[in-house]
Amino acid sequence: MADFLLELLSEEIPARMQAKARADFERLFVAQLSDAGLKAADITVYSTPRRLALIAKDLPDQTEAVSEEAKGPPQGAPDQAVDGFCRKNGVTRDQLEVRDVKGRATYFAVINKPGRATSDVLSEAIPAIIKAFPWPKSMRWGDASLSTESLRWVRPLSGIVAILGDDLVECEIDGVTSGYETVGHRFHHDGVVTIGNAGDYAEKLRACHVLVDQAEREAIVREGAAKASSDGGLELVADEGLVIENAGLTEWPVPLLGGFDPAFLDVPEEVIQLTARVNQKYFICRDQSGKLAPNFICTANIDATDGGKAIVAGNEKVLAARLSDAKFFWELDQKTPLEEHAKKLSNIVFHEKLGTVADKVERVAKLAEWLVSLEGNGFYQSSPGDTLHGEVSEAARLCKADLVTEMVGEFPDLQGLMGGYYAEKQGKSEAVANAIRDHYKPVGQGDEVPTDPVTVAVSLADKLDTLVGFFQIDEKPTGSKDPFALRRAALGVLRLILENNIRISMRDLITAAAHDGGLDAGRDVASFFIDRLKVQQRDAGIRHDMIDAVVSVEHDGDNIRMVHRVNALQAFVETEDGANLLAGYKRAANILKKEKVEQSDIESLSYTPEKAEKALIDALDAAQPDVTAAIEAEAFEKAMTALADLRAPIDQFFEDVTVNDSDEDKRTARLALLARFRGAVHQVADFSKIEG
Amino acid sequence: MTLLRAFAKASATHIALAKKAFTLPDTNLSQKPPKKVLSFQQIILKLHDYWSEQGCAILQPYDMEMGAGTFHTATTLRALGPDPWNAAFVQPCRRPTDGRYGENPNRLQHYYQYQVILKPSPPDIQQLYLDSLTAIGIDPMLHDIRFVEDDWESPTLGAWGLGWEVWCDGMEVTQFTYFQQMGGFDCKPVAGELTYGLERLAMYIQGVDSIYDLDYNGAGVSYGDIFLDNEKQMSEWNFEVANTETLFDLFNKAVGECENCLEAKLPIPAYEQAIKASHVFNLLQARGVISVQERASYMGRVRDLAKGSCEAYMAKNGWAA
Repeated sequence: MADFLLELLSEEIPARMQAKARADFERLFVAQLSDAGLKAADITVYSTPRRLALIAKDLPDQTEAVSEEAKGPPQGAPDQAVDGFCRKNGVTRDQLEVRDVKGRATYFAVINKPGRATSDVLSEAIPAIIKAFPWPKSMRWGDASLSTESLRWVRPLSGIVAILGDDLVECEIDGVTSGYETVGHRFHHDGVVTIGNAGDYAEKLRACHVLVDQAEREAIVREGAAKASSDGGLELVADEGLVIENAGLTEWPVPLLGGFDPAFLDVPEEVIQLTARVNQKYFICRDQSGKLAPNFICTANIDATDGGKAIVAGNEKVLAARLSDAKFFWELDQKTPLEEHAKKLSNIVFHEKLGTVADKVERVAKLAEWLVSLEGNGFYQSSPGDTLHGEVSEAARLCKADLVTEMVGEFPDLQGLMGGYYAEKQGKSEAVANAIRDHYKPVGQGDEVPTDPVTVAVSLADKLDTLVGFFQIDEKPTGSKDPFALRRAALGVLRLILENNIRISMRDLITAAAHDGGLDAGRDVASFFIDRLKVQQRDAGIRHDMIDAVVSVEHDGDNIRMVHRVNALQAFVETEDGANLLAGYKRAANILKKEKVEQSDIESLSYTPEKAEKALIDALDAAQPDVTAAIEAEAFEKAMTALADLRAPIDQFFEDVTVNDSDEDKRTARLALLARFRGAVHQVADFSKIEG
Repeated sequence: MTLLRAFAKASATHIALAKKAFTLPDTNLSQKPPKKVLSFQQIILKLHDYWSEQGCAILQPYDMEMGAGTFHTATTLRALGPDPWNAAFVQPCRRPTDGRYGENPNRLQHYYQYQVILKPSPPDIQQLYLDSLTAIGIDPMLHDIRFVEDDWESPTLGAWGLGWEVWCDGMEVTQFTYFQQMGGFDCKPVAGELTYGLERLAMYIQGVDSIYDLDYNGAGVSYGDIFLDNEKQMSEWNFEVANTETLFDLFNKAVGECENCLEAKLPIPAYEQAIKASHVFNLLQARGVISVQERASYMGRVRDLAKGSCEAYMAKNGWAA
């Protein structure tokens, strides 16, 4: 048993790739070992910007000897077949054994594979692991790159340390050979570091200012940043992404507190945070009162000779320059009203087949105005001229104006947010500013759904316009491809409608959103929404077949009604009454299907009905008006209860009455009765869509 | 990224910018006056000295307007083919839309890049680079020097590479790229390219807050003395005065001449015309006369010229793709 150390030394590996690289490294190593029948007791993987390292504990000294048997042709088979078998298994004819297989003498080859030295396995495995490494982007370099077949790595691979126990595992790839030597910190340590074995690796490097363990560096960044803040009387704004990134950019992290001119605090907080985080990878802090403080924390990679003074001064200058750019944009953008910015949207193509962003804005505005002019949709009681109508109209026409501002040009992530700020500064109403800021929401599954009516109207209109437009130019999502994020848009529409309880017909909505001159895509859009609804409701435990059962009886696609009805239906079907009624329904439906009965009305019976037959007629007479009334009132639970009254009569009917009577009158009348029963059930939902 | 964002971003980009523009934050390394501060020209001379000692041919700037040092034939064309090539030079870069009439302390429409190209990329290229920083007075035990992922792509040149932006105390001072493809051809072998932002480095080393305050020669001449008027006048011309009819005409003539050269199998003059077309396009952009719709087609034409020139260069030298 021996421990094995493998270090791959590289020029700086991008921080964002290191976590996956560690996982890939372990996976590839384990696969190579297991191919050879080896297994380590434990594997640890490390990464720094300049190296990936792996330590495998307790590797056996050699692989186990194995003996394998291969069954060949029967004795007496043609020579050709026997020779082929020998060749395939690398044995000679006289080495074959003959055994009895079900009374037939058959050749067997016994192949003895002796154990191999683990170090030999490793020297072959290392180049294989390096070659198979799945970097997101890889490159060639140096003399070897004269050929495009040369090794590809994330950045130039500069060394390999491979030690099993205390012995070197010799290997070579593209001119890089394994050895005991690695390098320490780029600036803290000159020359090479000689590693003895897996046991002293981490400590030897630590002595040379390299902390190989990502987790240890993360902890230093996390705790060091918190401490630097609290030493300055501030509270760190925790950011685990930054912790990981800074740990991935340093071998010897040293968090340092710096400051900036408080005058920059005029710029919106989000802008400062984004500048600091994205461009400079700095943490930000808050003061005692929770306000953004004019401070930041950068993470240096050295213990500087002056304690970091020059580093802090330099970083302060850089941030100041960036913030002064941001402040310049912030002030410059405000010199132009959003209305003027919006005019420039006619220069930006939204999509070549869907016109400019200005065209889109105009469509969105009209759609949003139409939305709030509808009566009785749950939260709008406005008509043209009302404040709501005016605000919606204004917000919609300004909602994309910030796309042409300098600030959003610099920080695209701030779209919406900046428009909201500029609208506020321009003295727009709160509702308009909120709508401009939040109309992209909800962006993801967990994102909050706007509730302010103006925002909801603009957000809905924007998403619908996008969705319907792309469907009309036949740019639908396919499989995993959804380049215009239409699934997200559809989910956004559904969440806006459901969570704000907006009563509106999807059919009307899709029709209203249709672009002139596009394909007729209404049906496709509608079924796309139904699919999205199924996905969304699945998380709430709703079965997709329940949705299908309701969709086929709900024609105008009022989502609120549908979801209520689906919920009531699923609850009902899961009761005993429901399950039995479903069984009765299926039986009736099967008979009707077999007899090809669509619908049939019988005015009066030409014979005296049997008792169970009469009971079903009476039950239907009683239940149908109740079901109708309940559905009218959207009291779906009540409709289900009324339907449940049919359960006993239908069961009894099937028990006692012969549908397929030799008397043609009786047969016709009974089929008509079953059709009537099916029709009554269909008032609630199309039970034929329900599975099981 | 949403579609809208993509467009908002794209409209702010710039065709000839093979490298993203160096914005120039005002930076100084400490409040105390450094011992012996290098002047702007001394920084250049030190770099020349240093790279000369490493065996580089020290070239002079290319005598044509271009948006980045990468456009120099010593980089673009010499990155192609199998021959070793080591060179260093200063290249003036012109980015008309970055002009600020001399009013912004960090932005210029004309500035200098220091370019080094080492082909094939030597195994110690990072150390060579770091030693060049020491040569111009940056102490790596006092300043935080970092290699931060930054890949490079120039659709105009059909080129891409992997590398870093080099940070000094959080400021990007150099772009470091291993060229993988140029003009659509695999680089065989790969060249390492270093691009120093000279004004930015000088501001850092000298501790000044405005480009115009840079000490140019150590004898009383400032950067502003030399270039402030230039910035004012060129900004005015770029943005307001340049005759757009003439520019459109120039663009078309450069395109025509490039095609003429390609037909005559003369890749170097063809490439020069491609550079010219690229610069004229940038001027037209600054004049704001190219609509978003047209933009892509102009860019496509420049790209075809540049790629065509690279292709002709490969063919002329008898190199296979």
